[in-house]
Amino acid sequence: MKRCFLTIFVAPLILVCAGCTHKPAPASALKPTAFGAALVESSGGKQFGATGMTLAQPVVVQVNDEQGTAVAGALVELSGPPGVSFDPQSGLTDSSGQLTANVQLGGLAGRYQLAARTFTKNQKPVELKIEEIALGYQQQVGFQLDDKYCARCHNPESSAERVSNFDNLEVKPHPFTEGDTLNKMSDADLTAIIGHGGPALNKSALMPPYGYTLSKTEIEALIAYIRLISDPPYHAAGMVYAQK
Amino acid sequence: MQSSSKNPTSIWQTLFGHPVRAFGVVSLLLLISLAIAPAKNHFSEWRHFQKQYLSLIRTRGDAVTLQRHFHDGIQQIWLPQLGVVDRCTTCHVGLKEASLADISTQPFRRHPVIPHTSEQFGCVMCHRGQGAATTVEEAHSSTLAWEQPILPARFVQSSCGQCHRAALAGTPQLNSGRSLLTRYGCVHCHTIKLADGSAIKPTDDPPSLEHIADKTTREWIYAWLKDPQAYAVTATMPNFKLSDPDARDISAFLISNSTSIPGDTEAAKDSKAPDLTAGASLYGESFCASCHAVQNAAGNVVGGDVGPELTRIGNKARPEWLRAWLRNPRVYDAGTAMPHYRFTDQQVSLLAGFLGNKTDSDLLANVHLDAPTPEQIAHGKLLVTEYGCASCHEVNGIKKPDNFAPELTRIGSKPLPQIIFLPGMQHTLPDYISTKIRQPRSFGSALKMPQYTLAPAQIDALTTALLSLTDRAHDLPLALSVPTQPASTYQPAGKAGQLMADMACFTCHAINGRGGDMAPDLTWEGTSVQRPWLQAFLKNPGTLRPALIRRMPRFNLSDSEVTELADYIMTVYQTPAFERDAMPSSGYPPAQVEQGRQLFYSKYACQSCHIIDTKVDKGYIGPTLTQVGSRLNAAWIYHWLKDPQAMRPGATEPNRNMSDEDARALTAYLMTLKGSSKLEAKK
Repeated sequence: MKRCFLTIFVAPLILVCAGCTHKPAPASALKPTAFGAALVESSGGKQFGATGMTLAQPVVVQVNDEQGTAVAGALVELSGPPGVSFDPQSGLTDSSGQLTANVQLGGLAGRYQLAARTFTKNQKPVELKIEEIALGYQQQVGFQLDDKYCARCHNPESSAERVSNFDNLEVKPHPFTEGDTLNKMSDADLTAIIGHGGPALNKSALMPPYGYTLSKTEIEALIAYIRLISDPPYHAAGMVYAQK
Repeated sequence: MQSSSKNPTSIWQTLFGHPVRAFGVVSLLLLISLAIAPAKNHFSEWRHFQKQYLSLIRTRGDAVTLQRHFHDGIQQIWLPQLGVVDRCTTCHVGLKEASLADISTQPFRRHPVIPHTSEQFGCVMCHRGQGAATTVEEAHSSTLAWEQPILPARFVQSSCGQCHRAALAGTPQLNSGRSLLTRYGCVHCHTIKLADGSAIKPTDDPPSLEHIADKTTREWIYAWLKDPQAYAVTATMPNFKLSDPDARDISAFLISNSTSIPGDTEAAKDSKAPDLTAGASLYGESFCASCHAVQNAAGNVVGGDVGPELTRIGNKARPEWLRAWLRNPRVYDAGTAMPHYRFTDQQVSLLAGFLGNKTDSDLLANVHLDAPTPEQIAHGKLLVTEYGCASCHEVNGIKKPDNFAPELTRIGSKPLPQIIFLPGMQHTLPDYISTKIRQPRSFGSALKMPQYTLAPAQIDALTTALLSLTDRAHDLPLALSVPTQPASTYQPAGKAGQLMADMACFTCHAINGRGGDMAPDLTWEGTSVQRPWLQAFLKNPGTLRPALIRRMPRFNLSDSEVTELADYIMTVYQTPAFERDAMPSSGYPPAQVEQGRQLFYSKYACQSCHIIDTKVDKGYIGPTLTQVGSRLNAAWIYHWLKDPQAMRPGATEPNRNMSDEDARALTAYLMTLKGSSKLEAKK
């Protein structure tokens, strides 16, 4: 009787438990054919994307060996905070030692710290941090305003389409990524200098007032954008989304 | 037991025994059943979330304020006009709490700042899902009762597009998706009607194939059909995945079906080797790169996207046709966006030689086609009809098919049971639409939809634009929809109008709402400029904005053409806002001029963007003002300084809220800057 009980109840129980504990096959069935010693970012970092959206440029990372030559066939795994997805999540580097992945950012505006990982011959992990910025609605509006009104002077980089005016100015404007300076200014200060020009804070008159051109909401959006992209990060602006 | 034995026939007693006990049992059952509802309510999901929220805010600095904002029980937003009954705020309690910016766990996150409030529009208008539900499963997911699950965050901009037809600054993804819909020609085959009944019009201009044999060879057509992006990476023509015989037959049909235009086959008179250096500099001087791109050695595509990419143009264009096209493009295509440059024969030869040299020896190396048979041509014609080529291109003898592909007017609300999903695909509308764009043929080998070369971000953008085409977008009260400006059909009259069409002014300039945005809006150009300057500029355009790469090319206009155009611009393009001759062009008191000069350099610091003294000033953003006094009209300068955006909507120069006196002084100063070209203008 007892034996019968055992076979009827315990055996299926064990089976069920076994079924539950059975882990799904590892995500990457990829076997690396080579190993590198270092991981470098080729392109795709520091992009501005929209929340929840696929970044315009894919992230490209390269695996190098000790001599700095590219390694093909090394395994690279990508990871990020919740809400971020990669296509592909992991893969082997191509003939030029690179892995290209499309990144979709999470639903919240902020900085996203992503990580790429590869393994050395001794199974030691090598990690590379990549940062991307997701713009929410407000920051997106700010970005457009920056592009139209501010970037020509505040961004020292010239593009093929547009020459920067930064070098032509006697008093240099602060690039919006210059967190060391801009993080010390309060929202009220920024509102004043955007709305009433440099002289409002005893600064250069080369900065004209935009208070009669931009609306209050537009100036708020511009500040939200400046706060988000500043480097080092502006802390009151929101969370830094990183992996735990 | 006793009672049942006394009266065994009574079912009542068999079941419950003594009547008193029976009464007790039934009462108990009743009590229990009465308790079910309150218990279910007590243990409900939303109460659990509300309790969680309360314990979350308890430890925070502003707990009292947050607690005061919190309302117990089921919350509801009811907007009968919009058909919205949303109970989302029952669990999403902290949506409006600015101090919860650091909370990233749902459902307590703060809502990002947007221009609308939930009281105005509710939640499901933007996020979809079932608003009236009070469990997570029913509100968010697709259930038996509700097909529309929550819209993934990456497509949320589509909801803005339900009401807003015009581009919004905060929705770049939707804007880009909409422009892809028209630019990649989706709407040539798929009809998309808007709520007001109008249909979305394509903005691309696929070339007519009526005279294609003049322009190119059968070999090129074959290679192009097989893989358009191999010829030009920026090509918007999709890949129809044609088999070799099909591509052979279509190319045979198109060539045999083409009619010739006299002049296109005229051979060059001089047959000397092309002067590539002189050709390249003419290409640069004519600002061809403002519209046409070329892929450089590093693989980057450099140049504008108004016209086709020219990286391998020598493989495509027949030399005779290229010469005819450069001489006057309007002969081959009357509606082309390319201006008629009025090149001399020598210039035509130079440019044609330079462009003809842009070839890729690999492109046509493996294409060998035998002379076509009549069967092949007939089969080609059949294929051209079947694939709907005439939806985009004009083809002799084949009419543009109506409704060639399914209408997409309400694709954003397509019921899921009507969709055939692929195995392994998520059963949601966004997934269906994006997969359909990414791999159209995977839904069936007989499908005709071609394969587009789009980046993942572009596919997301297109999906967003399509998801905005919902039932709601059509059924909303009209007062809520924010329509776009109706497309202007402005057409300048007379001989000047013909001239402007010939030079394709509207490709770059906008006038009265029609035209491109590459160059300044000319609606009030007649008020703005002085006639001698305008005439000199039309004859030989100089540099106004040193930082710009795209500039007005020289069109080699004759004197009579310049007079014609200047007459028209000075007469017609006048603003009604003020009197043009209200202020003199010279003779301002020196004191006022000096005051203006000081205002320019100190108070308003105009030198940050403008140059007056080329030795000192370096401002690069606005136009150079060295000769502004002979270029612009005084009253225009005055009114521009007072409010630039009123003179030209969207102007970058900020409004300085200038006093009348300051504006007058600055005008006086600027009008003294006659520059060196004053003499030229007098001539």
